[in-house]
Amino acid sequence: MSEAARVQEIRAMIAAHKRWDFAFGVVGMLALMVGVLTFAALFVEMIINGAPRLSWEFFTHFPSRKPDQAGILSAWVGSTLVMLVTAATAVPLGVGAGVYLEEYAPRNWMTDLIEINVTNLAGVPSIVYGLLALRLFVYGFGLGQSILTAGLTLGLPILPVVIVATREAIRSIPAAIREGAYALGATKWQTTSDHILPYSLAGIMTGVIIGMARAIGETAPVITIGALTFIAFLPQTPLTGEPPAGLFDWVMSPFTVMPIQMFNWTSRPEAAFHQNAAAAGLVLVVMTLSMNALAIYIRYRLRKNIKW
Amino acid sequence: MVSTTIPEVSAAAAVAGAPAPVKKSESMNLSFHYGSFRALKEISMPIYEKRVTALIGPSGCGKSTYLRCFNRMHDLYPGNRYEGRIMLYPDNTNLLDPDVDPIEVRMRISMVFQKPNPFPKSIYENVAYGLRVRGERKRALLDEKVEEALRNAALWDEVKNRLHELAFNLSGGQQQRLCIARALATDPEILLFDEPTSALDPIATASIEELIAELKQKITIFIVTHNMQQAARVSDYTAYMYLGELIEFDVTDKLFIKPANKQTEDYITGRFG
Amino acid sequence: MTSLAQADNRMGVVPENFVSDRLARRQLRHVKERVIELILFLAAFVSVVTTVGIVVILLRESYVFFQTVSLWDFLTDTQWTPLFADAHYGILPLLAGTLVSSMVALLVAIPLGTIIAIYLSEFAPFTVREVAKPFLEMLGGVPTIVYGYFALLFVTPLLQILFPSLPGFNLLSAGLVMGIMIIPYVSSVSEDAMRAVPMALREGSYAMGATRFQTAIRVVTPAAFSGIAAAYILGISRAVGETMILAVAAGMQPNLTWNPMEPAATITAYIVQVALGDLPHGSIGYQTIFAAGLTLALVTLCFNVMGHMLRRRYRQAY
Repeated sequence: MSEAARVQEIRAMIAAHKRWDFAFGVVGMLALMVGVLTFAALFVEMIINGAPRLSWEFFTHFPSRKPDQAGILSAWVGSTLVMLVTAATAVPLGVGAGVYLEEYAPRNWMTDLIEINVTNLAGVPSIVYGLLALRLFVYGFGLGQSILTAGLTLGLPILPVVIVATREAIRSIPAAIREGAYALGATKWQTTSDHILPYSLAGIMTGVIIGMARAIGETAPVITIGALTFIAFLPQTPLTGEPPAGLFDWVMSPFTVMPIQMFNWTSRPEAAFHQNAAAAGLVLVVMTLSMNALAIYIRYRLRKNIKW
Repeated sequence: MVSTTIPEVSAAAAVAGAPAPVKKSESMNLSFHYGSFRALKEISMPIYEKRVTALIGPSGCGKSTYLRCFNRMHDLYPGNRYEGRIMLYPDNTNLLDPDVDPIEVRMRISMVFQKPNPFPKSIYENVAYGLRVRGERKRALLDEKVEEALRNAALWDEVKNRLHELAFNLSGGQQQRLCIARALATDPEILLFDEPTSALDPIATASIEELIAELKQKITIFIVTHNMQQAARVSDYTAYMYLGELIEFDVTDKLFIKPANKQTEDYITGRFG
Repeated sequence: MTSLAQADNRMGVVPENFVSDRLARRQLRHVKERVIELILFLAAFVSVVTTVGIVVILLRESYVFFQTVSLWDFLTDTQWTPLFADAHYGILPLLAGTLVSSMVALLVAIPLGTIIAIYLSEFAPFTVREVAKPFLEMLGGVPTIVYGYFALLFVTPLLQILFPSLPGFNLLSAGLVMGIMIIPYVSSVSEDAMRAVPMALREGSYAMGATRFQTAIRVVTPAAFSGIAAAYILGISRAVGETMILAVAAGMQPNLTWNPMEPAATITAYIVQVALGDLPHGSIGYQTIFAAGLTLALVTLCFNVMGHMLRRRYRQAY
């Protein structure tokens, strides 16, 4: 074959190969579009179906047998209270564990064991936590089907999230800062509480908020411990009641949460209840997304002030 | 701007006692910008066919940048700009012309990198990669080309019985020779070496230098090295660069024994590094 | 000796209890440090306690269950009707439900997730990547009950236009929606693995005259293989453990079938169904959910261990 024809052949082949480049670019975008379209369809459907229901009454009424009078009062109050307990569980335990693993833990089998378990727990299906809680908290410790149980139950699956976020935040602090503190005679705990924790605050908060965003949407473990789906009352307002035990009456109260309310309404055959479900879903998604956005914003803002 | 000394053809002929050297390629007023930073300043320099041309200079002088213009590697990253031309002979193609496809350029000019970078494939598949990318599928032809390339890279005897083992299992020096075989398999017109032995131990380095001396009989070689002694050992022509400019270009022996430029002399005698 | 004491230059001036005061304070500080360390250690140890708790509880409650029901029956009976008068305790229907729904989900998530990962890592311009990544995180962050609602009330009616005989509860809708939910898990781990492949390998491929697509498929993807496999296993694990999408959209009736266009219950949906009813402590119904939970935990454990080992391998390779 002549030289020129050979060159032509190669040029044609390169052009053919480059068409694959272009084709894959298109395919990749299409794949992304599947996700985008699904999310858009989800959002739009919930808005169309549920927006009419969103009103002041919706947020201040209890659930009812009549769909147009039913509201999410007990659900969002319940979610808020459960989240308080969840945070109170997951934050101290998670941050403490993260600090221990980064600052104190020696390289031995015990530390390996702990680290393996932390990774393990991240992969356990959330309903298994529900089973654990049912046997241990509801019956074992006798805490019953209460906000306390729910908070503890939801604190467990988000522990790995908080621990990992804490560890990464601590790891990003340069050794020079640590050494500077020790060189001045600070003890380990002084260095940790005066330097390490404040500087890693942004990362820790980001992890906590992301964990909470996940916990708010968790349904399966809460159903398993027996949260009721038709609650027409509110738990005792926190901090009222006879001190000292009465301050925490609310913690032992039966309750419901947002995802369970949505589940209940979705499962009803009447289309009117589906509208309620859509409205509740909107509230839930907006709550989750804004928490995620908040986490990203905090990380950005607090990071700006740090110059290393 | 420094004028380069391009040796007379007759003087150059004295190099190998061989027929007068033919220009394979040359740069003409080549400048290069990384964003707003001007890394190469109007370099004009020839590369002679079937000879080894070496490029030396201190760290950061732009040697690798210059080398990577030849196979349009800079096109992979945004914000870069070429000025001037690199001509390839005998067809008078300007490699830097925006109308010229970088892929075509890379099919004519191959590169061996500083750190050996074998693919996570078998030894055979590594060497055959360039051919496969060109659409070659006939097993018999691939076998033949792979063996030829491995022989030319002085690696065949060591690997002929384990062609289908992973390339990662080879030693550093063997991996680099594998990369050389890979680059040779497609019969390139110029073989570029970017500091090929800086990551290797002295014994491996010696074997690569030996290989380069043999290869130049078959193919044009352009090598960038920070090791002056290597340039002196291996090359026929040497160019010295400093801060993005070509300071001097000459027959190797002449450049090292009696450099025309004071700056060159200072570098060669180690007055700075 | 402090400079204060030295400045005074008379040993005798140092109060007698000065040194022991300092010593006492140091000892107190030591004790305080040790106590804090212990507290932090206990916080970390909670993770171990939780795992042990899960294992012990699942095993113990299942043990009680297996006193009544033989392991053989459990594994081979083709009906799961523990709350009926004629009770059967075969896990196969629930396993089938889990398997079929997971397969549908993975048929969506693995191809799309891999393509997205390759696209974002090797092809997409910077702006596209910066928008796509947070968007995918968002997609994975939507509460699963919302996805369940979507599957039941939007996807199923849509599919019924295509397949008029499709029942209101079916594994197909649930599986498809679950697949889309899992895409971010697969794509983000795969993409991490691909970005860990060193640029030198890509340059080596481009230098041979390869195109972007050839480099991505022939060099980068094989190099990132163990990370990509870890991503797939993560996806499998997530699919098997998913509850709400299936509880809402696939119905909660155990049904031994391989046809996704039928309603069926997964292991997870069954647990929810029982939990919605009454659960007297110690009843057989109560025990079945632990046996089911044990099965689930064992299956996900296998996948998690595999995934962990694969992820370690690719992290060490580079």
